[in-house]
Order: sequence, then structure tokens, then C-alpha cells
Amino acid sequence: MYVAVKGGEKAINSSIELLDQKRKHISSNQDINISQLIEQLSFAVDRVVSEGSLYDKNLSALSIKQAQGDLVEAIFILRAYRTTLERFSYSVPIDTSSMTLKRRISATYKDIPGGQILGPTFDYTHRLLDFSLLNGKETSNKKNTPTSNDNVFFPRVMEFLNNEGLMEKEIEKLKSKPFDITREPMKFPASRDQWLQILSRSDEGFLLGLSYSAIRGFGSKGTHPFVGEIRYGFVEVKIYPEELGFEICVGEIEVSECEMVDQFEGSKKIAPQFTRGYGLTFGYNERKAMSISIIDRALKSEEYGEEIKFPIQDQEFVLYHSDNVEAQGFVSHLKLPHYVDFQGELNLIRELRKKILKENKDD
Amino acid sequence: MIDGFNFAYLDEATKRMIRRTILKAICIPGYQCPFGGREMPLAYGWGTGGIQVTASIIGINDTLKVIDQGADDTTNAISIKNFFKKVCKIETTEDTEKATIIQTRHRIPEKKLSENQILVYQVPQPEPLRRLEPKEQETRKLHAYEEYALMHVKLYEEISHFGSVIKTYAYPVRTNKRYITDPSPTPKFDNPKMDFMEALQLFGAGRERRIYAIPPYTSVQSLDFEDHPFQIQTWDERCDICGSNNSYLDEIIINDKGEKKFICSDTNYCEKNLKT
Repeated sequence: MYVAVKGGEKAINSSIELLDQKRKHISSNQDINISQLIEQLSFAVDRVVSEGSLYDKNLSALSIKQAQGDLVEAIFILRAYRTTLERFSYSVPIDTSSMTLKRRISATYKDIPGGQILGPTFDYTHRLLDFSLLNGKETSNKKNTPTSNDNVFFPRVMEFLNNEGLMEKEIEKLKSKPFDITREPMKFPASRDQWLQILSRSDEGFLLGLSYSAIRGFGSKGTHPFVGEIRYGFVEVKIYPEELGFEICVGEIEVSECEMVDQFEGSKKIAPQFTRGYGLTFGYNERKAMSISIIDRALKSEEYGEEIKFPIQDQEFVLYHSDNVEAQGFVSHLKLPHYVDFQGELNLIRELRKKILKENKDD
Repeated sequence: MIDGFNFAYLDEATKRMIRRTILKAICIPGYQCPFGGREMPLAYGWGTGGIQVTASIIGINDTLKVIDQGADDTTNAISIKNFFKKVCKIETTEDTEKATIIQTRHRIPEKKLSENQILVYQVPQPEPLRRLEPKEQETRKLHAYEEYALMHVKLYEEISHFGSVIKTYAYPVRTNKRYITDPSPTPKFDNPKMDFMEALQLFGAGRERRIYAIPPYTSVQSLDFEDHPFQIQTWDERCDICGSNNSYLDEIIINDKGEKKFICSDTNYCEKNLKT
């Protein structure tokens, strides 16, 4: 009788089938395989690893394939899978000082012990379309590209400022178990471990816009942050099983890290000093690590007694709205039927109008 | 059941954590209990809170009914029902009386519920004060101090501007004479059904990670003033299918000229009405 109301089940099944059809490689007759995605779309894979907060490039690539390249959807799929996994241990903190570096730069010093290592970066490319890639004729020709020597120790740039007492001290060790955002509901005022975890898996675009707003003028004091150091490379993940009594390495992960130097004018009690913002992400996500480090500093405003007047300084604003799995879900829920509520609004607006139109007539 | 997943999708430890939260929620009617909500394979805002509550309480002998906008066959209700069929292999039904658990979005069934039933609401925003105060840290304090002036002033302002309270759904209630509670975006038409309901009412907000409850036989009062008592919606029309004049009606546009018909939003109620 009423097509719009009946037949939901059939419609859903057809819709799912159409979606599946859309992925079918009819004209190219070439199925993308997972390793191609990992090698040739590595930034997409890394973004999904980071925001899906599951370090598995295979599953990340699979979810990108399944989501037909919709990265937010892929992140969602990976997250939903992640929740079902058992956790058997918390790792000990990773040590990024002993990272096997692929890239390491500082914008605060011309030269640094260990040197500046550019590594693979888009920074100095000219963004010209490379038509030679159109036909996919490129052959793999693997050269041995230089990477840092594992045995060389690269001191952290921030430590130089720290040793001179110019830099705010980094917290040394967490006194209690770290906050676990995947197991505990959000708590306010938020602790730093809590917000750094959230930012690490937040939407890159949201973080980028937010950090941009701060350095463009909607941030505290309007000072200019400096990149103390950016690192990208491999670190070992270790766990400490109580019954063994020593650490064991369970694998290596790729991470991007950014330490940002910011200013602080000091207060009655504290002499002026530099303050720091820190950002860490899975994979090669330098843009995001930088954004996080700017936001991390802004979220410390309260601690420094700075006036909170911009969105980036507001913990609830930043932390509640930066997760794209939550955000896309709630925005897309507007597509769900709302007939019942809308009917209420319809009745109300008609009644209100009737009243006012009648009064106008009586006048 | 599908391979690789536990009964009702969530692992047992998570279910236990959620059941503990539910027990706490029942002990403090209307209080929003934080819980470690999990990502579900359905989108946030599409019922993940309700799904987690249902997944934690459902057993092999339960019969599940899922409605959205009062209807059993709206797309998302079907999607959720299919999800539970996939991960639990339990009985599902459209019959309100036969269900032991009813998960709902935006409606309470017209048929009176009984003691052996549980009504699970999907809640997008559990905080009734959120529109008045955006900060969670503040609203939690307001509840703790029972400081509800903000809400009363808001309702008063609406009456002075429009002659009546202009909230038509998610109309705030006071649970057990203590906490102001969001009934989820059900129409205010359904509010009186919540008062001293025989069934247990559980509310799950997945994105906001809150669970709250209204135990059976608990007082639930819609906020109002003595000289402006709470009123529910009424229609001049009757249901075009079953002829009911006491159920919540949806308006349907039937042709290009915009002519309208009205039908029951509760499809199971409508069907049964038609049979008798």
C-alpha cells in the first residue's frame, strides 16, 4: 500500500548488492591486491592504520579495498574489528630516541648532532602531474637508498634546550597506569595521556584545521611555534611479562613524532621559558604529528593559567569532536528516518502559525 | 552464528562491564552512568548504545523486537535485527506482546508493556541540559546539586514567547522525583507511558558512553507548571488503515498535489487493530 513505509528489508539487500557491484572491476578486469595498496598507496594505508588505531598494514589495506577508497569508512571498519581483539598486555613506553630513522629534521638549528636527514618527503617536489604514471608502465627498480645507521645515537634536539633550563621539563614517568581511551569513558578535566591518545587517532583533517586556526590567530598569544624536531622511522615495541622479569621485543612499528617549541611568558612564580607540544602517530603521518603537537600545547593552557578563549584550548571542544568514527556516525544518522519527531514539529508549527494568523486578523 | 565472534558480538568481559553499569543505573534511576563503550560494526548515532545494552542482556531464550519510528520494517530497525540474528541466532518478532526485549528508536509501543519485558532505548544525546550548557563538566555538577533552574527558566521563556512549551519530542522528564532525564527523542505523546511502566526501561548512548535506567514502577513526570500543565499531541484525523484515534499518527503525502493521509506510526499496533 505505502511503498515508502513497507519493504525495508528488500531495499536494504538490494542496496548492499549495488554497493558490491560498484567495486567490481569490470572494465579494467584487474583486481587490486593488498600488497599493491600497501606499497603504492602507503600514505592512505598509514592514515587508516593511525586513525583505525590498529597497527596492521594488511588489514588497513583490506579495509581500504573493502571501503572502495573511502578512508573514513575504512577507518570505521578497522576500528570495529579492533574492538573484538583481545588485549594481552600493555607495552612499555616506546623509546623514540633509539629510533631507526628514515627522516629527522629540526627547524630551530641549522645543524644538529647526527645531521638533518630529509628522507622521503613531498616537501621539495613540484606538484606537477606526472603523466608518465598514466599508463602504469613504471618498472620497479629498487635501489639501496641510504637510511640511518642503527647504531648511531641521535640526541633529541629538545634536550639541548632542556639542559640549559630554557625548556619546560617533560613529564618523566606516569605515576599510575595510563588512561586507556578504548576502555574508559572520557573524563574531564582530561589528563595529558588521555588527550594524546585521542589526538593520535583523531581525524587528520580536523586536527589540521584546528592547528591552523591557532597559528593563524585563533590561538593563545598568537606566538609562532617552532619545529624542534620531527622524526620518522622504526621503533621497537617491548613488553615486560611479570613472570619473566625482563623486557622482550615483540615487533617493530613505524611512527612519526613531532616536538614543537612554543613560548611562555612566565608567571609570578615561573620564569619565562619555552614550552613544548608533542605529537606521535602510527606510520608516516608527519602533517598529523605536527598538528597534534600544536594542539597538545594549546590544551595545556589551563595548566599555565592562560585565558581559555579559542576552540583549540577547550578540552571538551577538541576531544569530543575530533574522532571521525564518532563524527561521521552522528552526522550520517541524520539520514535515518525522523518521521515521528518531524510530525511533532509539523503539528507544532501549524498550531503556532494558526494562533498568530488569527491574532493578526483580529487586529 | 558467524565465525570468529562471540555470542552477541561483544566479548564476555565487556558484557559483564556493561551489565554492572546497568545495575548501577537501575539503582540510581535517571542518573547517567559513564561506561567504557565499544566501537560497534554499526555507525555511532545509528543505535550503538542500544545495541550494546541489548547485546549485554540478551540470552539464547530471548525474543527480540526492534522498532524505529514505531515501525518494525524501517530500514535501520531491520538492519539491527539482522545484526542480532547474525551474531546470536535468537528468535525475533514483530509482535509487541511476544517480545522479551524491545529495542526502540523514537517511540514507545502503543501496547502496554509488562513486567517480563525490557525496553531498550537508543539515545543520541543523554544529557537533557546539553542544549542549555554545552560543557559536560558543568552539567554533571548541575545534576549533582539538583540545580535545574536553567531548565525551568527555559520552559518558562518558551511559554512566555509562544504560549506553550514548544518541545514536541525529547520532552524532559523528572525520574523518581530526582534526576531530570532525557526520554530520548520519543514524541512527548509517549511520555505518560514511561510513568510507572511495568517493564524495565534501559537507555544506551554509545557515542556519549552513558547508560541510564528507569526501573519498573518508577515515577516519571514530564516537566510543567501548575498553570501550564503538560499536554500530549492530538490529531483531528484517524488512522487511514485501522481507524485508530488514540495512537501516534504519521502524515503521508499521497500525491503530487500534496494531499495527506495519516497512519499509525506503530505498525504492529495498527496491524492488530485491523484484525480485531
